[in-house]
Amino acid sequence: MKTNIILAGVGGQGILSIATSIGMAALKNKMYLKQAETHGMSQRGGDVFSHLRISDKPIYSDLIPKGKADLIIAVEPMEALRYVPYLSETGYLVTNTKPFKNIPNYPEVEKVLNQLKKLSNVIMLDADAIAAEIKSKRSMNMVMLGASSPFLNGITYKILQEGIKDIFGKKGEDIVNKNLEALACGKAEADKIITKK
Amino acid sequence: MQKVLLGVEAIAQGAIDGGMSGVYAYPGTPSTEITEYIQNNKYAKEKNLHSAWSANEKTAMESALGMSYTGKRTMSCMKHVGLNVAADCFMNASVTGVNGGFIITVADDPSMHSSQNEQDSRFFAKFAQIPVLEPSNQQEAYDMAYSGFQLSEKFGVPVMIRITTRLAHSRSIVELKEVLPENELKLPSNPTQFILLPSIARKQYKGLLNKQKQFEQDAEVSSFNNYIEGSDKSKGIIACGISINYLMENYPDGCPHPVLKVSQYPLPRKLIQKLYDECTEILVLEEGYPIVEEHLKGYMEKENVSGRLNGALPRDGELNPDLVARALNLPTTDKAETSDLVAGRPPALCAGCSHHDVYTVLNKVIADHYTLGRVFSDIGCYTIGALPPYNAINTCVDMGASITMAKGAADAGLVPAISVIGDSTFTHSGITGLLDAVNENSPITIIISDNESTSMTGGQDSAAKGKIEEICEGVGVHPDHIKVLLPIAKNHDEMYKVLKEELDFNGVSVIIPRRVCIQKHARDIKMKRKNLK
Ligand SMILES: Cc1ncc(C[n+]2csc(CCOP(=O)(O)OP(=O)(O)O)c2C)c(N)n1
Repeated sequence: MKTNIILAGVGGQGILSIATSIGMAALKNKMYLKQAETHGMSQRGGDVFSHLRISDKPIYSDLIPKGKADLIIAVEPMEALRYVPYLSETGYLVTNTKPFKNIPNYPEVEKVLNQLKKLSNVIMLDADAIAAEIKSKRSMNMVMLGASSPFLNGITYKILQEGIKDIFGKKGEDIVNKNLEALACGKAEADKIITKK
Repeated sequence: MQKVLLGVEAIAQGAIDGGMSGVYAYPGTPSTEITEYIQNNKYAKEKNLHSAWSANEKTAMESALGMSYTGKRTMSCMKHVGLNVAADCFMNASVTGVNGGFIITVADDPSMHSSQNEQDSRFFAKFAQIPVLEPSNQQEAYDMAYSGFQLSEKFGVPVMIRITTRLAHSRSIVELKEVLPENELKLPSNPTQFILLPSIARKQYKGLLNKQKQFEQDAEVSSFNNYIEGSDKSKGIIACGISINYLMENYPDGCPHPVLKVSQYPLPRKLIQKLYDECTEILVLEEGYPIVEEHLKGYMEKENVSGRLNGALPRDGELNPDLVARALNLPTTDKAETSDLVAGRPPALCAGCSHHDVYTVLNKVIADHYTLGRVFSDIGCYTIGALPPYNAINTCVDMGASITMAKGAADAGLVPAISVIGDSTFTHSGITGLLDAVNENSPITIIISDNESTSMTGGQDSAAKGKIEEICEGVGVHPDHIKVLLPIAKNHDEMYKVLKEELDFNGVSVIIPRRVCIQKHARDIKMKRKNLK
């Protein structure tokens, strides 16, 4: 079984922490992994992505072909739209609705959100607002990861939690707990949206 | 032991485990993290393996050659355009040959994600007539760095490891080998090996030429090159470096065509011949220039070879699984178009960046007093000044060119001509250009926008730190025309005044707006806090 995940955002938003958490969980499951990242010029506020592939068999390409992503996790809505051509027919797109406007020609947010809403498998949430509610603005990424957790084939929520404990353990219990709380809030929000559908 | 490593990190770990005594490099995407990994590696620190940054790629490669002279194993790393800077050493080091194993790792950037061009370093290796290793995945990247020193020592020449952005910045699981000890200090057995006087160089060069056959024979039997049999011989495929992955991605159950995987050059002639004899057509997959393809096609343009030259694949840019699928006439799921709503999101200066203040004032002075088109700039974060809202610069070519191009333009009558250069770029290759300008008293104003950091590549320490005024004075700029400014909003009027005065001066002036990079500043504070704990 192979899962193709695309992470998208803006340089500085920290999408790699999501990739690292999923990657850690995949390793705990003894799965193969390839993770292509954006380093360099785009990290200065440009669009950035990561292609993350996990599988129980060896993986060849570092890049996911278009139309083959099982899951897109976008921490910014226009960046979500940018990667829609990669989504497979049965794939899910989980996106933050809070725009990051650092360009003068940013499109009308309503229009962007409307296009995303038209997709068949989409979960949209204001992850920044949810992170702010639990007084942990910096864990927006973990909210997004939590909201994506129902769609991570082969990776249980429990393993995801363990991975996060491993990654943030060095930084102390408080940070681990904040991240786990953010993860739970994201998952709860996604569950709510899924039941409504 | 296993580790999850980026391609670049795998090379660093492979070099450490392969018995390397030191790495010499100047930062450049996508090669930077090789040296950073070694700088932060516990074992490398304990063993005191050299890993400090060099001033530029030429000084780096020469230092590495010096280390090889002593019999120790060494690596020099750079991005593709860095090899241009080091080319003088590179082309001659193949003639001197090596003593201790010497790997030159060059990271190419097809599609120019963070570069001025997409030159293919395999071309350069052919020019220098040395072997190339081109890993197809992270494990091979590790293995090649690990065993590359032995290959270099066996043939007595530097060996190139060539990677491209995609492998450099992709992570996977790598199995590590046992750590080899460093070489002992042992000077070359031939005391004239490294003296390239014509009479000696001719002999050395003949030696290099005589080794070419051995390089080819080694590639023939290399475990990095594989001939994979296939029953459908209507087509044979040569897959270089990472392109084999894009091929296999399209054939998850195995490729029906015979495939020659190439990861060590010069090309394995017999294996190529076998593929040629066996198959009706040849498709060449390679990241970068169509070097192998052109080689096979030849001047007479053999028609049964296809690739980037006949349009089966695009002539430029990096490959991906979809492009390779199309070249094989396989179906793709590459159907949906990107929505028209999606706007480009180019990189931008960070909020609070000192370059912002510099361009704001410079634009104002020029708008008030001069015509446009006279700002020669360089490479770094400040190159973002080319984009809106600034539109402040007119050139960005190669590191250091801002000063010398301004000089040439001033010589031609474009006065005043202005250079905008970063601190790290200035010490990389701006100093010699400044000397040219001083020697002719050229009417140019050089703004060294000093953020005390090599920021574009991630904030490495800058060789210029604390030295710029002294360097300029030492080169001969008059102290009255070396002005240091603090680029903050409150000082814009003063900056304006100084800039105007120096632009009116008929000679060389250097203006140094100095304020630490805000990213570096934030990192420094974080580090301090961490160390206090
Ligand atoms: C020959 C060469 N080597 C390395 C690079 C990669 N590179 C681009 S910008 C840059 C750093 C520039 O630092 P600095 O001049 O201090 O400007 P800053 O980014 O800090 O504003 C480097 C190393 C390059 N483009 N060309």
